[in-house]
Amino acid sequence: MIVAAAKVAGPAIDWAGASPLVAVFGGALVVLLLGLAPSRALREKVVPALSILTLVLAIVFSVWQWGEREDLIAGALRLDELTLILTIIFSVAGIAAVLLSWRHVAPREAAHGEYHALLLTSIAGMIVLVAAQNLVSVFLGLELLSIPLYVLCATEMRRASSLESGLKYLVVGSVGSATLLYGLAFLYGATGSTDFGTIAAALTGSGDLVSDPLLLTGIALTIVGLSFKASVAPFHQWTPDVYEGAPTPVTAFMAVATKAAAFGVMLRLFDIALIDASVDWAPPLAILAAITIVVGNVGALGQSSLKRLLAYSSVAQAGYMLAGVVVASRLGLQATIFYIAVYLVMNLAAFAVIVARERETPWGDDIASLNGIGSTRPLLAWPMTIAMLALAGFPATAGFIGKFYLIDAAVAGDYAWLAVFIVVGSMISLAYYLKVIAAIWMTPTMDAAFPGPAIGGGEQPLLAGGSDEATGLRAQGEVVAVAVVFGALTLVLGVIPTPLFDVVRDAGAALGLF
Amino acid sequence: MTLHLSIMLWLPLAFGILGLLAPPKLAGRLALVGTLLVLAYAITYLVDFDSSMAGLQHVTDETWIGELGISYKLGVDGLNLFLVLLTALLWFSCTLWANFNDWEKPRLFYFHLALAQTSVLGALLAQDLALFVVFFDLMLVPFFFLTGIWGGAGRVQATMKLVIYTLVGSLLMLTAAIATGVLAAQGHGSLSFAFSDLAQRTLGESSQQWIFLFFAAAFLVKMPAFPLHGWMPDGYRAMPLPVLAVFSGVLSKVAAYGFLRVCLPLFPDAVAQYQPLLLLIALASILYGSAMAFTTTETRLILGYSSVAQLGFITLGIFALNAQGAQGAILQAFNHGLVVAPAFFIVALLAARSGGSEDIRDMGGLAMRAPALAALFLVVTFATLAMPGSSNFVGEFYILLGVFQEQTVIAIVASAGVVLAAFYALRLYITTMHNRTGPGVESREMELRDGLVLVPLVLAILAIALYPQFALKRSEPTVTSIVPVAHGVASGWTVYGPGSAEHGP
Repeated sequence: MIVAAAKVAGPAIDWAGASPLVAVFGGALVVLLLGLAPSRALREKVVPALSILTLVLAIVFSVWQWGEREDLIAGALRLDELTLILTIIFSVAGIAAVLLSWRHVAPREAAHGEYHALLLTSIAGMIVLVAAQNLVSVFLGLELLSIPLYVLCATEMRRASSLESGLKYLVVGSVGSATLLYGLAFLYGATGSTDFGTIAAALTGSGDLVSDPLLLTGIALTIVGLSFKASVAPFHQWTPDVYEGAPTPVTAFMAVATKAAAFGVMLRLFDIALIDASVDWAPPLAILAAITIVVGNVGALGQSSLKRLLAYSSVAQAGYMLAGVVVASRLGLQATIFYIAVYLVMNLAAFAVIVARERETPWGDDIASLNGIGSTRPLLAWPMTIAMLALAGFPATAGFIGKFYLIDAAVAGDYAWLAVFIVVGSMISLAYYLKVIAAIWMTPTMDAAFPGPAIGGGEQPLLAGGSDEATGLRAQGEVVAVAVVFGALTLVLGVIPTPLFDVVRDAGAALGLF
Repeated sequence: MTLHLSIMLWLPLAFGILGLLAPPKLAGRLALVGTLLVLAYAITYLVDFDSSMAGLQHVTDETWIGELGISYKLGVDGLNLFLVLLTALLWFSCTLWANFNDWEKPRLFYFHLALAQTSVLGALLAQDLALFVVFFDLMLVPFFFLTGIWGGAGRVQATMKLVIYTLVGSLLMLTAAIATGVLAAQGHGSLSFAFSDLAQRTLGESSQQWIFLFFAAAFLVKMPAFPLHGWMPDGYRAMPLPVLAVFSGVLSKVAAYGFLRVCLPLFPDAVAQYQPLLLLIALASILYGSAMAFTTTETRLILGYSSVAQLGFITLGIFALNAQGAQGAILQAFNHGLVVAPAFFIVALLAARSGGSEDIRDMGGLAMRAPALAALFLVVTFATLAMPGSSNFVGEFYILLGVFQEQTVIAIVASAGVVLAAFYALRLYITTMHNRTGPGVESREMELRDGLVLVPLVLAILAIALYPQFALKRSEPTVTSIVPVAHGVASGWTVYGPGSAEHGP
């Protein structure tokens, strides 16, 4: 540090440590420039391929840096296993989103270069957010992640609901950001520092600070601001509308990555910086978690749009994950990260199936689009079934282990009542998850009921280019592949979760909680 | 000789997956081979069983998820030996039976049937609480599909009701199981869900209470017991018959087994405290089930409600909290499975002869042209009503003997259940086999292939009737080592269970 201070020119940057972030930022720039190229093939094929390459590179760098623990850029960011595992999660979500939108309407309408550059910038924002060790970098990351997403939601420019979704997200998201910023300012006012380490030290040093109204206001506003991002009830109202209106690949990305980012920053902010003030934030967060679980699950009951259904389900799942934050223990932290990873896998499988069926049938994302695909499209039916069973928490799926871990953490952290809420929520959730499975396997198919070239009877070539003007696009190989890969992963992690546990344990150890 | 339980456990699923990949015509045959191998394995375990040993035999113990303290621990002892045998036998018979019919999407059907067998065997063999919960909940998934895809009228609603009802119980049990592990680990170091570890770490009395109630809810719904049986009529009406036979024959027993395996050894204080409540629920189930079985006209529901009554008896035996009661319960669980599966098969045969109707008002006079079927049905009927000489009689006798020592009044009222069983069982037999011939009835003798299913089951009933000690002797050492823990608490004796073994004589 003394050496760094001597070179007044600027903070020393460990480029190796920052390599995942640099890769994503660099990729975003390259992709944006390439998108201006006149060649259509370059724009439609090379741009997405480069985006995937960028994200693969980010994953490779993260694996390379695994085990490193240091402050980056003069303490603005923190490189540790928590940052790295979340970087990998964002990148996986990003790769899936690129694959799902490969031949989608959205990137074509928004220009491929911009679409993918926005996606990558958003991921960079997420990395900054979860690595943030400073209130300023928290806000910087949050805005960097949000603003591209507002645009991405509105990329299907000729569909009114997509524009509505983007606008709604912008308005609500800005309110959330403003609230958060206000909260962060109060936190700074109360503790006199923007650095997480100094905040934690200030709280440890002075016992009175815990009941300081300034700090209480700051914590309250911060909770509200982050709740908007993580769609925690009662700040979740935007979620179903935005999820429904946004292009489905973007919805998939938002559902898994934004949520992961929001919980990542919550873990660092509450469980590290404000750990000694847990008497202030743990009870309200616990109550919010309980409300979220109930609101999300009850809200999903009457939905016939799969995207809305998964939106409410994501609200409910946010409630489960919040339980891991509330207990403020290493077990809770590990359980939350574990669940974030599991949640990614389950949801990507489900969203891939929705994308596929949106292109194959005229029913869009209505639950009817799944009717009878158990017989006609087994490669889509199985991943969806597994994803629904996993979200409902059936054993032999990753969802069961994730829920088991969360309940374990809640009970061990003296929040047994919250564990009961998780379980009651799961009971309610059965009604709608099973409804989806019943549509897949127990309802006759309607694929033959409409004419057109897009009937996915299984016997038709899936990869045919064909005209895609009539009923949108066909389900393509990469979409089915995403569904199958993540469906299979859901099962594998349900039976062999140990590797994921090892990774998560490293992340827990990095934060030094008990 | 080492006999890996894992092989038997995963055999059905392996064959089910093979069937998924094989041509549709072969799926049924492959599943049948799988169940036959399991049966062979189960018989080997029976022969190989050391009946003087109270502890586990053929133990497999591996760490599954070290972080959560969950181990993959399997074992056989006197509690589950006969239920494993029952599972193997019934699955073999019912898969054979299913092979007689043509199923839509046969590969998927046999896959789910096989998955169901693996999960039931897993729940029975698991010697780790978390593993038990995993398999116990997993059992639902295949039955959800089997009912929802291949069921009769109203199948989707019925299967939703079935799953939601039973999973509500199961999820409460999940919380309770995790709480058991976590609370037991406090002050004992590492988290572990193995039954052997949990039995050493007794929980505090107040946590035992809510945990026991959550477990009891799961088990009582699954049985089903009287106030929690709401899913049963719809589920029984909708389920395809071969599936219903294993469901009714085995799954309810897993719930009863859960009480013996989990509740009695781990929550002795709560068990003792709630003994009267559970005895009353059992009694209500006996009376309600018997009364309903006597009044309903649908053959499936007659058997369904009779199961409610029989499960009432089994629960009664378990919560007598003495060795006789528990012994009787285990024997009766085995007996009831052996009786109810052929009864459902006979229902299918009867319906085929009565123009497809499963209502007893459309049946009658079938015995004239089907004497062999009538004879086999008569054996099953006598066993159901616990005729002296049948193994069911021995089981019920043991149960009542056990309860008499605890709660004389309840035992006396429960004895009425034995009489009521005679009413509904004979009513079923007489109205279908004798009486006036029904309008659409066209009786004929059963075919040879029907005999393949029915005769082995009836022979098993006769065999166990002739020599019930065979089962009793093998379950005795384990029962006498498990029951006293709870019983000691119930009657205020010195506990000589694992919890305080060091203070014992």
